[in-house]
Amino acid sequence: MKVLRPARLVAVSAALAALLAASIAAGLAWGPSAVSPREAFGVLFDRDAAGPAADIVRRIRLPRVAIGALVGAALSVAGVVFQALLRNPLADPFVLGISGGAALGGVAVLSLGASLGLGAGAVPIAAFAGAIAATALLFTAAGARGRLVATTLLLTGVVFNAFASAAIVFLASLGGMAEGTSIFLWLIGNLGAARAELLAPLAGLFALGLACALPYARALDLLALGDETASHLGVAVERAKRLLLLATALMVGAAVSVSGLIGFVGLIVPHALRLVLGPDHRLLLPASALAGAAFLVLCDTAARSVLPGRELPVGAITALAGGPLFLLLLRRQQRRGLVA
Amino acid sequence: MSAPRLSLRDVAVRLGPRAVLGGASLDVAPGEIVGLLGRNGAGKTTLLRVAAGALRPDAGRVLLDGASLDALDRRARARAVALVPQDTQVPFPFSVAEIVLMGRAPHLGPLGFEGAHDLAVARAAMERMGIAALADRSILELSGGERQLAIVARALAQEPRLLLLDEPTAFLDLRHRLEVLSVVRERAAAGASALVVSHDLGVAARFCDRVALLAGGRVLAVGRPAEVLRPEPLRAAYGIDADVFAGPDGVPVVVPRAVVPDGSAL
Repeated sequence: MKVLRPARLVAVSAALAALLAASIAAGLAWGPSAVSPREAFGVLFDRDAAGPAADIVRRIRLPRVAIGALVGAALSVAGVVFQALLRNPLADPFVLGISGGAALGGVAVLSLGASLGLGAGAVPIAAFAGAIAATALLFTAAGARGRLVATTLLLTGVVFNAFASAAIVFLASLGGMAEGTSIFLWLIGNLGAARAELLAPLAGLFALGLACALPYARALDLLALGDETASHLGVAVERAKRLLLLATALMVGAAVSVSGLIGFVGLIVPHALRLVLGPDHRLLLPASALAGAAFLVLCDTAARSVLPGRELPVGAITALAGGPLFLLLLRRQQRRGLVA
Repeated sequence: MSAPRLSLRDVAVRLGPRAVLGGASLDVAPGEIVGLLGRNGAGKTTLLRVAAGALRPDAGRVLLDGASLDALDRRARARAVALVPQDTQVPFPFSVAEIVLMGRAPHLGPLGFEGAHDLAVARAAMERMGIAALADRSILELSGGERQLAIVARALAQEPRLLLLDEPTAFLDLRHRLEVLSVVRERAAAGASALVVSHDLGVAARFCDRVALLAGGRVLAVGRPAEVLRPEPLRAAYGIDADVFAGPDGVPVVVPRAVVPDGSAL
């Protein structure tokens, strides 16, 4: 019988870590500026290197690649957790409205920030505040009777996302053309505004969220069978759900705050990995972190490089690249009779 | 005399505005199989959930081997008590082996990985339920009956002292029904106890040491099947007229005849 053994966990993690390392190398090597891959690696490993090439690699490409990796990892882990908690393979990190709150906060600053004297630097802060407010609302509205029920959570999220969308349209219509463009870019998700000073808080929030979620990997397997079954098998159901929701809310809030709503990553990476590796969350959680990071770094490298002289929003690339890839996987698995 | 394995004393439960259980009392001795019978809505599943510790009663006490069920931590309780629900919906393509292995979750150490012993227990449970050949198949591809056999195997893998089964055989054919209940009988012979909700009076009469008739949130009658499965208690509990015959080996055979008009049942 094939069940998860620690050796498989180590092997899969090592393979995906190698993939991530390769994507990071690619992300550092390629970009719109005329720094060749050879030059890029040259200045990376030479402490004394200076000049424009060194600046581009260290101050632009490196933080952007690191932020891309963290955002991809955070969104994928959040996707895995939400899919298990909501017992729905179609759930994504944005389904519970946490992203709606973040988007509302971010767009408010993008649209009205100039008249309030706030610069673009306030966008991530406002977005994260929005995510926290949405999470608090979610817990209050859905957890009113002391229990978090999947359908109530979903409904609350859907309603809040709809409300946030309407408010965003209203805010966007108040701004001018320039604000409109930046709002559009933000809503489709891009790493163009990712700045080095955002790296540390993002890394901290991601690490905190992951540290909360990882010990609950086995509990996620049991929760996927339903609250009652999980409880019969020894899971402290309500505590586990609250902690997991809070951990993922932190990760989603942090990711959306620095990059906007990059869609598809949190849906397709967990899903694709589940097709290939099986549904055991002890493997799926770490694998999603690594594969999600690699996927987003690769997509962002493509977003920076495919069109000479201009940059595409990475959110467009994730959907363009992820959609067909996913259908291909699904077809292959169908042929092998692994999914209905 | 030793303490009963499970002792439910004057258990009362309200769910919303409805009093589902109103002072139900029932004991299950070590090695004993007790059948829980009654109409839909009589409170059978609720009583089972209370016995499993999934639902805290508003009044009354639940004792496991003489100690309050509340005093056990969750994992210790999950090692002692296993519940097989009516039906389990699984949203992801876990393999049968993975599902059965989840029964070992309350036995795992801090690293959260199964050892050789856990794998052996799970394998034995699958073999006993006749589903070893399905081990690597996705649970989503199985028939309802096969899936239920996997869930029973998971309960066996928990190695519980008390097995709670909520209509475990509702989706099973006659042969599988007998198989599941003879496995329960085997566990009882090894010292475990079982409380089995069933609508199948024939199977209950054959396999249970005692049966309890539940009606309106109370235990109406409890005793050996031949004592309880008689026309009057059945009329009171189910609202039906039934003919009861003694089978060749003394096991009562219940043949329902007609519905008793509402209002004249009690």
